[in-house]
Amino acid sequence: MTTKLMGEPVARVEDDRLVTGKGRYADDLMPGALEMAVLRSPHAHARIRSIDVDAVLDVPGVHAVYTYEDLEGPMAEPLPLLIPHPALTHGRTQYALAKDEVNYVGEAIAVVVADNRYLAEDAVSRIEVEYDFLPPVVGIDAARAAEHLVHEDVPGNVAAVMEQSFGDAEAAIASAPHRLSLDLTVERSACMPMEGRGTVARWDEDLNRMSVWTSTQTSTGVRAAVATKLGLDLGQVDVVTPDVGGGFGVKIVHPWPEELLVPMAAKALRRPVKFTEDRREHFISSAHERGQQQHIEVGFDDEGRVLGMSVKFWHDNGAYTPYGLIVPIITSTQLLGPYKLPNYKVVFESLYTNTVIVTPYRGAGRPQGVYAMERTMDAIAAELGMDRTVVRENNFIQPDDFPYAHGELTFQDGRPLIYDSGNYPEMMRKARDLVDWPSFEKFRDEARKEGRKVGIGIACYVEGTGVGPYEGGHVHIETSGKVKVSTGLTTQGQGHQTAFAQIVADELGVRFEDVEVVTGDTRRSPYSVGTFASRAAVMSGSAIALAARNARAKALRLAADALEADVDDLEIVDGIVRVKGAPDSQIALGTLAVLSNPLRYAFDEASRAATQFAVGDPSKPPVAEDDEPGLEGKDYYSPPRSTFASGIHAVIVETDPETAEIRILKYAVVHDCGTLINPRIVEGQVHGGVAQGVGGALYERMAYDETGQLQNASFMDFLMPYVTEVPESIEIDHLETPSPLNPLGIKGAGEAGVIPSSAVFAAAIEDAEGIPITAMPISPSELYALRLAHSSTTSHERTAS
Amino acid sequence: MKPAAFTYQRPTTLTQALAAYAAAPEAKVLAGGQSLIPLMSMRLTSVPELIDINGIEELSHIHVERGQGVRFGAIVRHAQLHAHAEAREVQPLLHAALSHVAHATIRNRGTTVGSIVHADASGEMPMIMSLLGGTLTVASVEGRREITAEDLFIGPLETSLQAGEIAVEAFVPALPARHGVAFDEIARRHGDYALCGVGAIVGLDADGAIEHVRAGYVSVSETPAVVDLTGCFPDGELTEQGLKDAAELALTHLEPEADIHASAEYRAQLARTLTTRVVAAAHADAGARANAEVTA
Ligand SMILES: Cc1cc2nc3c(=O)[nH]c(=O)nc-3n(C[C@H](O)[C@H](O)[C@H](O)COP(=O)(O)OP(=O)(O)OC[C@H]3O[C@@H](n4cnc5c(N)ncnc54)[C@H](O)[C@@H]3O)c2cc1C
Repeated sequence: MTTKLMGEPVARVEDDRLVTGKGRYADDLMPGALEMAVLRSPHAHARIRSIDVDAVLDVPGVHAVYTYEDLEGPMAEPLPLLIPHPALTHGRTQYALAKDEVNYVGEAIAVVVADNRYLAEDAVSRIEVEYDFLPPVVGIDAARAAEHLVHEDVPGNVAAVMEQSFGDAEAAIASAPHRLSLDLTVERSACMPMEGRGTVARWDEDLNRMSVWTSTQTSTGVRAAVATKLGLDLGQVDVVTPDVGGGFGVKIVHPWPEELLVPMAAKALRRPVKFTEDRREHFISSAHERGQQQHIEVGFDDEGRVLGMSVKFWHDNGAYTPYGLIVPIITSTQLLGPYKLPNYKVVFESLYTNTVIVTPYRGAGRPQGVYAMERTMDAIAAELGMDRTVVRENNFIQPDDFPYAHGELTFQDGRPLIYDSGNYPEMMRKARDLVDWPSFEKFRDEARKEGRKVGIGIACYVEGTGVGPYEGGHVHIETSGKVKVSTGLTTQGQGHQTAFAQIVADELGVRFEDVEVVTGDTRRSPYSVGTFASRAAVMSGSAIALAARNARAKALRLAADALEADVDDLEIVDGIVRVKGAPDSQIALGTLAVLSNPLRYAFDEASRAATQFAVGDPSKPPVAEDDEPGLEGKDYYSPPRSTFASGIHAVIVETDPETAEIRILKYAVVHDCGTLINPRIVEGQVHGGVAQGVGGALYERMAYDETGQLQNASFMDFLMPYVTEVPESIEIDHLETPSPLNPLGIKGAGEAGVIPSSAVFAAAIEDAEGIPITAMPISPSELYALRLAHSSTTSHERTAS
Repeated sequence: MKPAAFTYQRPTTLTQALAAYAAAPEAKVLAGGQSLIPLMSMRLTSVPELIDINGIEELSHIHVERGQGVRFGAIVRHAQLHAHAEAREVQPLLHAALSHVAHATIRNRGTTVGSIVHADASGEMPMIMSLLGGTLTVASVEGRREITAEDLFIGPLETSLQAGEIAVEAFVPALPARHGVAFDEIARRHGDYALCGVGAIVGLDADGAIEHVRAGYVSVSETPAVVDLTGCFPDGELTEQGLKDAAELALTHLEPEADIHASAEYRAQLARTLTTRVVAAAHADAGARANAEVTA
């Protein structure tokens, strides 16, 4: 019997290749291609008076220079607003090359195509632009004050105001026995994949075809965009995703200006063209996330049960809104977490600033929502003098409440916000055990005796994962018995090859080693959506399982014929179909693949067996009327709505009484992503997420000055944590409450690790210090400043009393 | 992030290198490239010509003279000096401070002499040169000269080297008997430039009383700062009050500044805290060494 692979910690098959430098990324492709460099705005807000490219034209090695004036047809229109929403009354997108105004430092103004990137950069530095300066709007305070406008036709800098609610939050708060209000802020960070953006394109004049290789999270999206913008038929454009060195959200945005300009130039010049983003460009011209201000009002009873909650937040969407309102919508809905609120109201304003655009970064608005809710839970516990875990438990949705609808709220997929399954009380029991919550006070006392300060934090989250609309799977059994699997969404290192091969091996009954998975190639899978929102395992995993089942059904049908047995009596083990209990009566899947495809021509021994004089009933058509040649299965999976994963993180920190350094002593994660395909991969995802979470909570920020210059646009000054800054060990416990919405019971796991970080670190530092922590991230320097301010106010209060 | 065009030569003898430099005074010397190459790639500096000294075998020596000090050539990597057991014995502060210079990969390429010549007051090695009273030997077609640390660091990222001069060797004196050292720093991340770093050297007399105390500071002044703290320990004893006084005295010599990573007040607090911690550690080290010397 083949051992089941679902749930096994199978080692990732992609790692050998990736960690030994054999990955093939966009920049590795087509070494002879011409290269593009971009002139980017050095100013945050300015009108372009003139652009002079004359000095570039005779530089040897330069092939072309393009400005807005060179763009034609749809290319001269603004870039698409990918996800329109009725509340987005003032959506704006940029042009592929700035038309007459620039709205952030880094906005593309012109591009040069040259023999190589060195020459292209030399040439870019010779372009002369005259600007009329406009006052920049930097930061949420400036956007709200609206003394200056980012877009002169957008009053108040407000792109959108959106409200959702159920019950009557204001009335419930007003009549509640206890009330609190909180004001919180979160700063910007960014995805920062190791590989930046990158695109290579080749126009084949003979075949009349455009081939694009791009470092994206959606090859089908880029394909449609390239076809539309360049006026090509969809069928003329192929988009292939090579190895992608991380995405974390930024590469779901498309088309980037360069993703269009590269194929445009390749077609015009009839030469392959490449663009490889460098790190500074990634900082100033890709995307950021997270920046929000939040005001929370909450009313609760003596047990800490929330009776009503009203949240208003201001979301910094940067200079444009290509990705619509997805991030703030997620914040406003996922804020609810695992809690059962009778009355809730949320209003947000999405605001323009003269800074880099804001689009989903792993977690995509959830970290901010969880931060708002979990800080509120902590505040309630503090107010009532109750244990923080008990307050949370008193508010939990209970296991028998599922499916659980949060009033009539609408989630980011346009579907009702209904949780499919979960077991939050059990999760809390596990979390308390894992971090040894009950013993903490004893530990704190001991530490205090040694002059040390320690604190503990805990935070819960629910993550809507696996959003639609659909993904597909194609499973093809070759005559060799090898199984070729394709799905359209793309891979950025998550381990899709491994996880999907596990599913196929189990579903089909073949050896894991015989399964090969291809992702993100529009030639193989023209219908697909993309990789985001922790959806790959749920969506493609389900589609591939369904496709494998179809392939299996066909194999069994053919085998039943060949073996003169009943389908129900057959099993497939290691790629051999056999009659249960009669192992001699068997046929290999490869042989069935041969038989499934009646041939006229033979090329080898195997195909000879399927030629017209060798097989077939001469009285019937070689392919039956309701059948197709080949041994393959194809299917799509389209869920009614999202599935909801959940988890709890707890952290113990120590803060240095003198230097205010923050050290992580223990980090614990309980995680429920439904049925586990591969716990090793899930743990890897959690580890990576926690590392990014530590970055977002303690290190990373976008240090814009008041003129809109990003002062830390390098890895020297943007403090991504090294391995030395992330917890040495992360203790993980799993809970599996399968989703009833898909065939395997899977929920997504990709983003979870990063979601509660700001909340849990703020809680732990607050607990260690006894000072409210309301702004994240926090650095030792800021903690030190808080201490000084706190001790001066407390001594002031002492003097006053 | 590609540098503008430049010409490049890689001489194999010092004589060739000096001749080349004399012929092209606007050229820059390339050592480990860990500071220079990023500046060129980001086009923050444009260098018409590079003279790569990495092929000059005669600059790769580490000579340890017991009782005297450690001499190391211009292409000795941070990592080599850090791993050199004898050098560590003769001047333990070298090893202690080098542990904090960047990350292993950068230490594998970056040179200690290059770091000294780069004269960044956020670098550990310029401060160590100043604290220990090291000297730098520089050469040009005109000949050689020695520059004391005091005369070397004349401004932020600025030394008294003249165009056409290549630093060939640095010398750091040995730790005298009955002396102890310590180094510590606080950086935002492991291996980052310090928000503040402190090195200290403490000398005891034959009876174990403090004879002198000096501390050097990283990242809290424009040029490497060294402060004599001996006066804070008038009775020759290490007292809590003495340490506090030392911290406050040190601050009067420092100019901590704010940047995106830390406020000036916070840097001052680090200088205070590290002064007390590091001077105490250097004192303990001196005591331990004095004891070991007596028994030996
Ligand atoms: C990520 C990162 C982190 C770092 N962190 C630290 C840190 O924490 N502490 C620290 O001290 N340093 C740090 N550094 C800098 C590192 O130590 C450098 O190696 C060092 O500053 C310069 O040495 P180099 O051999 O690389 O010199 P290069 O980069 O080759 O040269 C630096 C400058 O000195 C000149 N120069 C070099 N050698 C000579 C010579 N023999 N004669 C005349 N001129 C010469 C060059 O012309 C150039 O102007 C870091 C660097 C990086 C990239």
